Amino acid sequence: MQFTFKGAAAALAMSTMLAGTAQAELTGNLRIFFNDQNPAPKAAMEGMVERFQALHPALNIELTLIDREANKTQIRNYLTANAPDVNGWYAGNRMRPFVAAGLFEDVSDLWAGEMGEELASTRPALTLDGKQWGVPYSYYQWGIYYRQDIFEELGLSVPTTWEEEKANCQVILESGRKCYTIGTRFLWTTGGWFDYLNLRTHGYDFHMALTAGEIPWTDDRVRETFAKWRELIDMGAFIDDHTAYTWQEAQPFLVNGEAAAYLMGNFLVAPLREAGLTDDQLGFYQFPEITPGIPMAEDAPTDTLHIPAQAQNKDNARAFLQFVASAENQTIVNEVLGQLPINRNASVADDKFIQAGFEMLSNATGGIAQFFDRDTDAEMAAAGMEGFQEFMVMPDNLDAILQRLESVRQRVTAN
Amino acid sequence: MTVTETPAPRPPATGQWWRRNQMRVAPWLFLAPGIAFFALYVIYPIFQSFNISFYRWDGLGEPVPVGLENYRQLLDDRAFYTSLRNNVKWLLLYLLAIPGGLFIALFLNQQIRGMRLYKSLFFFPFVISQVVVGLVFAWFYNPAIGLFNPLIGLFGVAPMNVLGNPNTVTYGIIAAGLWPQIAYCMILYLTGLNAVDPEQVEAARLDGAKGWKMLWYVILPQLRPATFIAVVVTVIGAMRSFDMISVMTNGGPFGSSRVLAYYMFEVSLSEYGFRMGYGAAIAVVLFLIMMVYIAFFLWRMWREERGY
Amino acid sequence: MFPTPVERRSAAMQATYKALVPVALILWLLPLLMVALFSIKPDSDFTQGNLWGLPTSFAGFENYARVFTDSAMPRYLLNSVFITVPTVIGAVALSCMTGFALGVYRFRSNIWIFFMFVAGNFVPFQILMVPVRDLTLNMGLYDTRLGLVLFHIAFQTGFCTLFMRNFIRALPRELIEAARVEGVSEIRIFWYVVLPLMRPAIAALSVLIFTFIWNDYFWAVVLTQGVETQPVTAGITAFNSQFRAAYHMMSAGSIIAALPPVMMFFLMQKHFIAGLTLGAVK
Repeated sequence: MQFTFKGAAAALAMSTMLAGTAQAELTGNLRIFFNDQNPAPKAAMEGMVERFQALHPALNIELTLIDREANKTQIRNYLTANAPDVNGWYAGNRMRPFVAAGLFEDVSDLWAGEMGEELASTRPALTLDGKQWGVPYSYYQWGIYYRQDIFEELGLSVPTTWEEEKANCQVILESGRKCYTIGTRFLWTTGGWFDYLNLRTHGYDFHMALTAGEIPWTDDRVRETFAKWRELIDMGAFIDDHTAYTWQEAQPFLVNGEAAAYLMGNFLVAPLREAGLTDDQLGFYQFPEITPGIPMAEDAPTDTLHIPAQAQNKDNARAFLQFVASAENQTIVNEVLGQLPINRNASVADDKFIQAGFEMLSNATGGIAQFFDRDTDAEMAAAGMEGFQEFMVMPDNLDAILQRLESVRQRVTAN
Repeated sequence: MTVTETPAPRPPATGQWWRRNQMRVAPWLFLAPGIAFFALYVIYPIFQSFNISFYRWDGLGEPVPVGLENYRQLLDDRAFYTSLRNNVKWLLLYLLAIPGGLFIALFLNQQIRGMRLYKSLFFFPFVISQVVVGLVFAWFYNPAIGLFNPLIGLFGVAPMNVLGNPNTVTYGIIAAGLWPQIAYCMILYLTGLNAVDPEQVEAARLDGAKGWKMLWYVILPQLRPATFIAVVVTVIGAMRSFDMISVMTNGGPFGSSRVLAYYMFEVSLSEYGFRMGYGAAIAVVLFLIMMVYIAFFLWRMWREERGY
Repeated sequence: MFPTPVERRSAAMQATYKALVPVALILWLLPLLMVALFSIKPDSDFTQGNLWGLPTSFAGFENYARVFTDSAMPRYLLNSVFITVPTVIGAVALSCMTGFALGVYRFRSNIWIFFMFVAGNFVPFQILMVPVRDLTLNMGLYDTRLGLVLFHIAFQTGFCTLFMRNFIRALPRELIEAARVEGVSEIRIFWYVVLPLMRPAIAALSVLIFTFIWNDYFWAVVLTQGVETQPVTAGITAFNSQFRAAYHMMSAGSIIAALPPVMMFFLMQKHFIAGLTLGAVK
């Protein structure tokens, strides 16, 4: 294992040198806080560090893995006291509080060169106040994961329009199953449904304006989006008692065939395969069109690395981010992660779902959204997703919910 | 201080000073570490929280003074009212632990073989952490795997999603919270019943008192100290309810099981939180509510202390 | 005795009662029994929908062994020990002194200081949360066990002082007066006269505080995060996300997390109940 690895690292070092991206050997320290302990991301990050180490043997690299959820609160502490040199986080509005508080380093200099062109697709997501604040290493698609075998059994084909989607759902319901599984105990899963219904009903620009707080929640167009959602709720399309389950606890409904589909991010594939679904049983399709003619836009959250403003070894950190952004590295990392590389010169893993996602996102002419809780202000996101959950259980409360969201929006934009 | 008549030949100056003053100094010496710790970690932070509640602060940048703005916001914050209402529910329903505990104590106050073990087994839910009690009950209620739905099915009741339904969730959590609390009250009453004067009971029996009458007029008055402690610990327990809500529902669905203690945490430290000033304002409200109760308790204690 | 002892009732009554007690106990512990049952089931029972039947095979050993080998649970348990034990020692030591000072000496501010401790003990945690978290951050003790221990000691001192002071008040004063007449210094009186008499109180309080601190969740979440420092109450949530919907594992994990205070209770029952019910009888 070690041997083959070293060989690969050496070969890699050669190739990067030939490509002219390798710098002078680095010395000193590099402390990295990475925000995931799950098997695949852990392996991906450790691999990245080992390869970087091979390039710079004299560098003393220290990698700390933090639980994904814990990091979301912990980041506030480590950025202000005892900051690492590199830390993991997310693009979009979720980095705004740290940028505003001056806790992230401006890395526009990295983006100015060739790297900026290679990563051009995510430049907007990492730009705030006209500057770039981090470097992306991976992203993944959202969409509908469905049971191909159940669709075949019922004679259904993949829907491309809202009417087809609903017609399919009706057949599925009549077969005694639910159309969609979902677990809303942790609220974010509802954000996926809202994003897609809103993106498909009114398009990318409207969605981004709404999430940026520029459009009132009481706007009629918002109501139209919820009306689409309500059509599914009134059909009884979602599993019962979804408020009691987490997104993982909702998986068995799909695995056991009690529900036919799951709107989720691509990280769903690994646990479903683990639970025994084969690639013949599990399929993926793009969320269908609702308003005809609106260019298709997608949710594709980007995972990123940043340099804290208080980092001790910023030169080393910059070199590391540059390495992370390179096409070679992104190819390897995303193969391990089961996700998509951002560098346009990187190659995409040969996996059914990754390929499908890549194709879908390459043709996303409408635009790429991050995700509801990354595109909106944090407080607005929390209130919003709570409202979505309430709507899914009590759709009649819509007026009160929208009023409440509107008052939060007004307060947030006033601050 | 009683040895003043013959000064020792050459006492060290400090020793003499100590002897003369030790009655005055000793208590402060003994108190100093305790008071220092307590002042730093408990007393001072209370005042700091009051202060923070007048600022808007995300815990990162500079706090912005906003006067009473946080309190004004509380007034039209639906979540605040939901929390307050749930706090009242907790307080009232949690007190059921007292008659519940008394009932079980009366049931178990017998001397059959193995009774000691039975009593311990009835009691031990109290020593399990609330986190685990919360998990246990969350699974118990879980519509997919829990034993609760089949159980109520035996009585012809339709399955329920206790923790996912805004109308039942708080009651579901309180029921879980009552479990250890009843055990606690039970042990208080068992101890109290042990100390009930048997002669009085026999005398009352001869007078023809039995059942409810006996309980109400003879036994309960003698159980007063136990009842007092049971009320004290139950009220505090009700106001501190946090662990179970956090573990069982995270305040959901859509915020319907929040209480002030949980809402405060959510606003200041959760994933989308970090409104420290607003959180502090909620904490101040909770504190003031508790203060009424603390004042009552201290007043009662002060009355007793005068007896000394 | 009240209620009337069953021995004085009819034989049928006695038999009914003796049968009723175990039934009541089973109903009382039902949620816990369900979890205990889950914890010895194999994974396959859950996928096959055999939830409450007898386990098809006994998987207790595997499940419990996996808790120790495949997860950070041992680490969390160890953290809990390293948080709980120093807290017990610290809080009991401080409160022996404060209880002695407030129980033995008469001085004007005595009652007010006592009330300060009592009132502080009843304060809702939330009012302390933001400042204590800041204080701990500023001392560089955030996410360390020491930071948590220091806070716990300080806060528990309130309750412990109440407990110790009332206990010392009930001790015979003559012993202390006699020692003073003989010219024994106050410190020696504390050490050689009062402390030995406080042994039962120390035992009772230690067991109680052990349970309280072991079961603390709120402060663990506020002041620590991650495997290195978090006690088992907070660790169990990370454990559960590791095992997702594997109920047999989550059940086994929960039982292990709950076990130490339960064992402490069964071993030290006398002290524990003496501590809890102090004041319930007068």
